Amino acid sequence: MRNPYLPIPVKVKKTFIESEDRMLKTLDLIFLNKENKENFKFMPGQFCEISLWGKGEAPFGIASSPLEKDYLRFTVNRVGIVTTALHYLKEGDELGIRGPLGNYYPIEFFKGKNIVIIGGGFAFTTLRALTKYLLAYREDFKDITIIYGARTPGMLLYKEELKEWERREDLKVCITVDKGDKGWQGLVGFVPTIVERKAPSPEDAYAVICGPPIMIKFTLPKLIALGFPPERIYTSLEMRMKCGIGKCGRCNIGRFYVCKDGPVFNYAQLEKLPKEY
Amino acid sequence: MMKKISKEDMNRFIQSLLSDYTVYAPVNIDGIFSFKPITNFQGIDLNYQNSKKPPKEIFFPQSETMFEYEKGKVTSAEKVSRKRILLGIRPCDAKANLLLDNVFAGEDYQDVYYINKRENTIIIGLGCRRPLSTCFCTSFGGSPFSRDGLDILLIDIGNKYIVDVVTDKGKEILTDKFTEASEEEVKLAEKIKRETEKRIKSEVKIEGVKEKLDTMFESPFWDKLSERCLGCAVCSYLCPTCHCFDIADEAKDSQGRRIRNWDSCMFPLFTLQTSGHNPRPTDKERMRQRVMHKFNYFIENYKRAACIGCGRCILNCPVNIDIRKVLKEILTN
Repeated sequence: MRNPYLPIPVKVKKTFIESEDRMLKTLDLIFLNKENKENFKFMPGQFCEISLWGKGEAPFGIASSPLEKDYLRFTVNRVGIVTTALHYLKEGDELGIRGPLGNYYPIEFFKGKNIVIIGGGFAFTTLRALTKYLLAYREDFKDITIIYGARTPGMLLYKEELKEWERREDLKVCITVDKGDKGWQGLVGFVPTIVERKAPSPEDAYAVICGPPIMIKFTLPKLIALGFPPERIYTSLEMRMKCGIGKCGRCNIGRFYVCKDGPVFNYAQLEKLPKEY
Repeated sequence: MMKKISKEDMNRFIQSLLSDYTVYAPVNIDGIFSFKPITNFQGIDLNYQNSKKPPKEIFFPQSETMFEYEKGKVTSAEKVSRKRILLGIRPCDAKANLLLDNVFAGEDYQDVYYINKRENTIIIGLGCRRPLSTCFCTSFGGSPFSRDGLDILLIDIGNKYIVDVVTDKGKEILTDKFTEASEEEVKLAEKIKRETEKRIKSEVKIEGVKEKLDTMFESPFWDKLSERCLGCAVCSYLCPTCHCFDIADEAKDSQGRRIRNWDSCMFPLFTLQTSGHNPRPTDKERMRQRVMHKFNYFIENYKRAACIGCGRCILNCPVNIDIRKVLKEILTN
C-alpha cells in the first residue's frame, strides 16, 4: 500500500522572481528519481502539497503543463512560514512534493469549444498550465481568449510568455492592470470591467476563472449577464488544507472536500454548496 | 458461536495473550478510564461505564508520528511492530470504528497509518450492563450488546463471561478454556441484554434530521445554539467518530519528524487562511459545521450519521449542550 503522506523527493532546478515587490517567486522543480517522474501524471488545475523538512507543507497549484516534461513549476506568494522558506531555496536544494492532488479543468468538455480564460493576480498559475495545454493541442479548440489582470504591470506573472502569447494570431490576449506606469500601453481597469467591455461570446463557450475572491465575486455576474450558463463557468477554490486527500477535514464544504473533490468546480455546483469559502 | 469462560480463566487467557500481542485494556488512572497497553492482567479495571477518551485512539492516536527524517532520509512509522488486542471496548465504540473506516480506509486514498493498526488488531468487546443516562446507542441502530465491529463480544453473567465469537479472526485466538455455553447460560445472557436495553431511556429521532438540515444552513437556529458554546472542542476530541487532524513538523537542524494531532472544526484556526480570511469565522459557523458534518454531510457521503450515541459530548460539555436536544430542536425548527 502506497503511503500518501510521504513526500516525493525533488530538487530546485531554477528560481526566478516574478513580481516587482519580490513577493512572487517561481520555482522549477525536478524529480530526484526517474520512477517518480514517470509515475507523476497530472492535468492542468491539479495541485501539490510542497513539503519542507522542519517547516511543514502548503498546497500550490501546478503552474506548468503536463507537456513541459523538464520541470514542475510552482509560483509562490511569500506570506507564511512555508512560503517564506520556499523563497529562500536555491538551485539544487532538495525538498518534497505530494501529489498530484485534486481534480482538474474538464478539458474533455472544452474540445471543439471557445474558451475564455480569466485570471487575476498570482492566481494565474494553473491558468498558465491550462493555456499551455490548450496551445499544445490548439486545433482541438476554437477561439481562445485570455483576460488577465494584475495590480500593476510589474505584478503580472510570466511576463515574457504573455508577450509571446500576445503576438500569436490564434490567441486573443487582453492584459489589464489596475494602475499603469509610464511604459504601459495596455488596458487599464479591473478584470470584471474588462470582461464586460470585451464581452466574450457565450456561444459554444466555456469560461475558466481564477483570481482573488473579490475579483471572482464581481466577474461571475458579468459572465452570467453575457449569457454564460453557470455549468460552463469553472473556477478553482482555495481553502486551508493539510492532508490533501480528504481526511483531515479542514477544507470540507458541504459534502465535498475541496482537496479531493475539487479544487475545480463549476458555478452551478458552487451555487448548491454552502457559501463557506 | 456461543462459548463461555470463567473470569479466572479469562484473566489467565489475557495474561497468555501478552506474550504475542500488545494488549490495550481499560485502566483506571485517578478515576479516569482509558485504554492503555497493559503488562499484567491485574492492571485492568473492568469496573467502568465507558472510557473518557474513545478507543479510536488505538487506531488514530491523539498524537502520532508519521515519519522521521534526517538530512532528507525519511523513515516512515506506518508499520505496526506487534499485533494488538483491544480488550473491553464498548459496542458503541466498536461501531464508531466502522464509521471511521469509511474515511480512512475508503475507496479513494488509503490512510496506511490507520489501516495497518486496524488490520493488526483483534477487538474483544465487553457488553455494556450499566448504560449511562446520556447513552442513546439504540437510537442509531446500536445496542449495549451489538456485535458490529467486534471480533469477540463478551457478556458478563456474574462469575463467567458468555463469549460470542463474531469473526474468524476472533475464533483463532480462543483456547480450550473456552467451552460451549449451555442453553441456560445463553438464555441468561439474552435476558441480561433485554433488560439492559430497556434501561436506555434516551431516545432520539434521527429520521428526517438530514432532510431538515438540508434547508437550515441559513437558519437563525445556529446563532442561538452557538451562544452558549465556548469553542473548547471537547465534544470533538472525545467523539469516537470525529476524525479531523492537523499535520505539523517538529525539527531541530536537519533532523525531525512529521506528526499528526487531533484537531477540531470548533477551533477558529482550523480554517483560518494565511491571508487572514476565515470561511468559518465565529462559533456559529463552527457549531453549524459540526452538526452538519455529522448529521447531513456524512449521511450524504456514507449513508450513516457520524454519531453512535455514546453520549461523551453530552457528559463532558462544560456548558451542557446536549446533542439529543439539538437533534430534537432541529426536527421541530
